[in-house]
Amino acid sequence: MVSNYRIQGATGEWEVVIGLEVHAQITSHSKLFSGASTEFGQEPNCNVSLVDAAMPGMLPVVNGECLRQAVRTGLALNAQINRWSRFDRKNYFYADLPQGYQISQLFHPIVGEGEIEVSLDEKDPEGTVKTIGIERIHVEQDAGKLMHDQHPTMSYVDLNRCGVALMEIVSRPDMASPAEAGAYVRKLRSILRYVGSCDGNMEQGSMRADVNVSVRKPGDELGTRTETKNVNSIRFIQQVVETEARRQVDLIEDGGTVVQETRLFDPDKGETRSMRSKEDAHDYRYFPDPDLLPIELSEEFVAEAKASLPELPDAKRHRYENELGLSAYNAAVLTAEAETARWFEGLAAESAKKQGKPEADVAKAAANWLISDLFGGLNKLGVDLDSSPISAAQGAELLALVADGTLSGPLAKQVFEIMLETGDDPEKIVEEKGLKQTSDTGAIEAVIADILAANSDKVEEYRGGKDKLFGFFVGQTMKAMQGKANPKVVNELLRKALG
Amino acid sequence: MTDITDLGVAEIRDGFRGGAFSAREVAEAFNDAVAGSDALNCFIVKTPEKALEAADEADRALAAGEAKPLSGVPLGIKDLFCTKGVQSTAASHILEGFVPPYESTVSGNLLEAGAGMLGKLNMDQFAMGSSNETSYFGNVVSPWRRNDGGNTPMSPGGSSGGTSSAIAAHIVPAATGTDTGGSIRQPAAFTGICGMKPTYGRCSRYGMVAFASSLDQAGPMARSVKDCAILLEAMAGYDAKDSTSLNEPVPHWEAGLSGDLKGKKIGIPKEYRVDDMPEEIDALWKQGVEWMRDAGAEIVDVSLPHTKYALPAYYIIAPAEASANLARYDGVRYGLRETPDGANLQEMYAATRAAGFGDEVKRRIMIGTYVLSAGFYDAYFTQATKVRTLIARDFDQAWDSCDYLLTPTAPSAAFGLGDLSDDPIAMYLNDVFTVPSSLAGLPAIAVPGGLSKQGLPLGLQIIGKALDEQGVMNAGLAMEDRAGFTARAEKWW
Repeated sequence: MVSNYRIQGATGEWEVVIGLEVHAQITSHSKLFSGASTEFGQEPNCNVSLVDAAMPGMLPVVNGECLRQAVRTGLALNAQINRWSRFDRKNYFYADLPQGYQISQLFHPIVGEGEIEVSLDEKDPEGTVKTIGIERIHVEQDAGKLMHDQHPTMSYVDLNRCGVALMEIVSRPDMASPAEAGAYVRKLRSILRYVGSCDGNMEQGSMRADVNVSVRKPGDELGTRTETKNVNSIRFIQQVVETEARRQVDLIEDGGTVVQETRLFDPDKGETRSMRSKEDAHDYRYFPDPDLLPIELSEEFVAEAKASLPELPDAKRHRYENELGLSAYNAAVLTAEAETARWFEGLAAESAKKQGKPEADVAKAAANWLISDLFGGLNKLGVDLDSSPISAAQGAELLALVADGTLSGPLAKQVFEIMLETGDDPEKIVEEKGLKQTSDTGAIEAVIADILAANSDKVEEYRGGKDKLFGFFVGQTMKAMQGKANPKVVNELLRKALG
Repeated sequence: MTDITDLGVAEIRDGFRGGAFSAREVAEAFNDAVAGSDALNCFIVKTPEKALEAADEADRALAAGEAKPLSGVPLGIKDLFCTKGVQSTAASHILEGFVPPYESTVSGNLLEAGAGMLGKLNMDQFAMGSSNETSYFGNVVSPWRRNDGGNTPMSPGGSSGGTSSAIAAHIVPAATGTDTGGSIRQPAAFTGICGMKPTYGRCSRYGMVAFASSLDQAGPMARSVKDCAILLEAMAGYDAKDSTSLNEPVPHWEAGLSGDLKGKKIGIPKEYRVDDMPEEIDALWKQGVEWMRDAGAEIVDVSLPHTKYALPAYYIIAPAEASANLARYDGVRYGLRETPDGANLQEMYAATRAAGFGDEVKRRIMIGTYVLSAGFYDAYFTQATKVRTLIARDFDQAWDSCDYLLTPTAPSAAFGLGDLSDDPIAMYLNDVFTVPSSLAGLPAIAVPGGLSKQGLPLGLQIIGKALDEQGVMNAGLAMEDRAGFTARAEKWW
């Protein structure tokens, strides 16, 4: 589908063309070419091997797990897996790069072309789908970190991150609005998390994007692009697209030309600024790294990587709709994040077990409760699903109590609030607080008799044809029963008593 | 009693085991020889205490019946190898004072096999050179002199010049060398000793300061083929820490040595008959052919048509790799750091590298940077890698008609120190016979064949198929037996 996002300029409407290079830190215990740990948040320079520090005579040895994760990611993006690939050296000097070159893949990346389907409207996941092309994925080393605020005249270097494996996922320039760019990154992050190849935590820097933006009059050739480096949130990515497109349009319309350059985003000011132009661009002098042999992947290796993939979000969403009977919206919400889907599936399975019914019969109620009640409750507490005070098993127990008539809707809400607060089991709460719904006809009949006696005028009116008063008697009865009476039983007994 | 320093590796090992002398006596004898060799400038660091420590351990082990393959044998270690707790500089100023907290796999293997270390041997800086004149720690002088009475200090060859000089002068029985384009074989030829470059990947490069990763290969240098076999057996082996290391078993080369070449074919590559080759080199080559024939081999003419492109390709590939490999010497983490007043990071890099690298190293970094630059990459680097493939194919085709190749090792005898130091091209031409096999990763041995008219050693080279070190050494042994090279530099130092 064609985006209708346009920038209004003095000379008319402009389109924006966006391509993203997403750097995703590969989930692995050790670094790409050394045995050092990848653990985040350690004291500076604790996770540094002799290889990472580029000591004389040290050699890289590739971590096969990182390659496997890149291959799994490629497979999840329906991409070409290159059975033969190779590492290259990208040469430049910087204090966070001990070797004086980054080991990357320019000429022969491990993953070739693929694609992602993104949905542009959460409420209508089927309606507004766009396919974004993936050009390639290559594997490379991350650099270390410079700290400029530790000493008045010197900069410090922390090499903990140096050598950690990254996947660079390069999109085609297929996005045409900030919303599309945002949807693409969200979907990509979701897939990476499903696959388990990257934790997708942008705030920790384990996923960041270089944003390529150009503008053109609709139908024109591609304009000159700028690349804004290291943007570390979806909101910022969208902001970069907006401000950079606007800047380029204004520049061109004022008679200037966009220069191909690298820019930086300043989140405080919400604007990009030039970092270096093409003229001062590094000549990276890429060449094949002679310390490493080409990577040859066997058919079995790729097949095993494929077999290890979990059900991916699109497939899962379709299954939720088709097999569990969920609405498209609910299915989309529940599958957007691997963690949510995992939680939901635990809840549905437990519910089915506790109620002795097929999952398809309990899934809808489970989905509704999870999306409206639990998400709402967690939102109020300000916590994520993974730190929910209520477990999936407890949620299933609550749903079972509703299903078997032990709790009415309103009672269930009360129990839920207490669970949220205390983390207690619903049965325990029902027991202790006496919140159990009663179907004890004797008790209910006694209450009804009292109410009818106390409201004989209304009884007369009802019997005289004022049917609407039935609701009044139900309300009075429920109130007297402190909300614990089974509404169905109350209705039956009232009709009988009122004749 | 014989002078222990007259003995080679096998004789020391056997004499020590037979009780003819103790390991301590051996270590002391060589420590004395080392101490008295300053005029040759073979050593950057002397480690007599290390030699004694290993000797005492060897004596203890022998008494306990636990002697190891190299127990009792002290060795020199080229300074390209990182040695734990002992300064390792690759003969550069930029690494002066650098003491590695780790041991290279090759030197570690030798120490593990019971050998002792006499010291770190001088060399061309970062193994870049063919005369041992690029060391920050001064030239190494060959023990050999021309027979003209002029006492001109002669080059021991390079880059393993400290190694070749020390072995020829009997101040070490044997030592490690490294060969990127001929750095074991050419100095061996210049000093009348043996030097073996094994198949690329036989010896781990872990802990060896990198010059050109796709070419660098460690190997033994000694005064006999047998000693080379003994040493190589201890040095070689698969190492998971080097991705280019070959996962192949290490044969018992010493036990497999045989100078009988019956049924073997020796190829004589016609392209190695270069212009201006001194007549005495050509004569020795012909003599070598006769020796091979005498050992039972059949001689065949072969062609390696791309030979003339080998040197240009080498001087593109090796500097290109070096330009990246040497980027790590930046003053940030270890070694030299120069900080002019108010210097920023870039200025610190520039000042450190300007002061820390010698001229030849800078020249090669610049060549390497140039050939990898945008716009030149395809014309130089890509072209050179294609040539490399063609050269490897030349050898593959030669193996259809022969088992080994016989060539001269170097195009001339040793030259005087300073003779070529202003002419890099003439210097680079020294590697003309050794570079092709380096580009193809093949095993090759240099064996002394005779003396030039000026009384300087001349060497012959045997090149073999990948992994056929045994065959190469056997052919070398056949030549050694027939050459009977016993000449020795007269002691003047």
